[in-house]
Amino acid sequence: MELVNIFVRSAFADNMIFTFFFGMCSYLAVSKTVKTAVGLGAAVIFVLGITVPLNFLLETFILREGALAWMDTEGETTYASYDLSFLSFIMFIAVIASTVQLVEMLVEKFSPALYGALGIFLPLIAVNCAILGGALFMQQKQFNNVGEATVYGLGSGFGWFIAIVLIAAIREKIKYSHIPGPLKGVGMAFILTGLMGLGFLGFLGF
Amino acid sequence: MSEETKEPLFSPKNKKLISEPININNPVTIQVLGICSALAVTVQIDNALIMSIAVMAVLVIGNVLVSLMRNAIPSKIRIIVQLVVVAALVIIVSEILKAFVYDVSKQLSVFVGLIITNCIIMGRLEAFAMGNKPWASVLDGLGNGFGYGLVLVIVAFFKEVFGSGTITIPGFEKFHVIPQAFYDMGYENNGLMLLPPSSLIIVAVYIWVQKLKNPELIDEQGS
Repeated sequence: MELVNIFVRSAFADNMIFTFFFGMCSYLAVSKTVKTAVGLGAAVIFVLGITVPLNFLLETFILREGALAWMDTEGETTYASYDLSFLSFIMFIAVIASTVQLVEMLVEKFSPALYGALGIFLPLIAVNCAILGGALFMQQKQFNNVGEATVYGLGSGFGWFIAIVLIAAIREKIKYSHIPGPLKGVGMAFILTGLMGLGFLGFLGF
Repeated sequence: MSEETKEPLFSPKNKKLISEPININNPVTIQVLGICSALAVTVQIDNALIMSIAVMAVLVIGNVLVSLMRNAIPSKIRIIVQLVVVAALVIIVSEILKAFVYDVSKQLSVFVGLIITNCIIMGRLEAFAMGNKPWASVLDGLGNGFGYGLVLVIVAFFKEVFGSGTITIPGFEKFHVIPQAFYDMGYENNGLMLLPPSSLIIVAVYIWVQKLKNPELIDEQGS
């Protein structure tokens, strides 16, 4: 039950795009057609689902204050006194960049069809704020175990997926509408995102 | 080569590097980069100012470092090299913020870390610093940093004035812009302005005004 709660909360109430604006760059750049939006969205779910639990393990066993306690031998507390949390940014980004590379190679080897669909989007994802944002929020939320972290990653990815597919569908149609020239392109996308964000505030109870 | 060394520090070409990103090639409103942080830290002006100073510092120093190393970085692993440079700088910035302006660093929370994946920084490193000399990269970093900061402060100004009726500048006391008499007559702060979606709409209006003034920027094919 707890897991369902985390999933729904991260996908809707704490939606990556509408509440925190994570990954807006690729969200605006790749949302011109639904097809590519689905590809990028799926890739984000995939990568978040892998990197958040990996970073969770890193956080629990290496970075957190006292996390190195497992290295202590009986009766000593040498390692437990270390606090490596200042290294978390560089460790998280290293994990994300290398995971993305690894995932790209694995997908290319084992599922050429999926690679064809996700291929060009995977490298983009290393610098997508949503992925690093997921890791940093995971650090703040202090989950109890890997399962919760995985569900959180998948949920946030799903929220991002919904957001980009919705905006792409609207942008496909709004091409045919008569809107003021200066607002064409990104201007309208911003307003649309703002309005959708207002709608998503409903999940927070406003 | 000798011709280039004679080029004055602020030649017209170099001045352009600073002035273009502030207006017609603004990183946030025209290139649409670095939106995530631009929208999320703009509830108060002091947060926006400190965030833009942090981004500018990382951008300028990162630009110089990558520009100095540009001939030594193998093109296959350049993204990782850039990420490591940026991440190291962001750690330094984050520790400095924690040491000197702890309250602001608490309010900015994860967004300081997210400077690493700020697309402006990666974009400038990739597009400019990898192919230009250090001094030009410094100017480019400054220009883009200013362009980013300008949008941030403008958005934060509107959000704060209409959302909470105050202006907060670091080092000064909170300044109440809306006089008490207004509240007595029934004026209320617009709580909507404090919520995330309003910053999107303010940026959209900013883009609208900017493109009205510079019609050559209008994207006729856009959807």
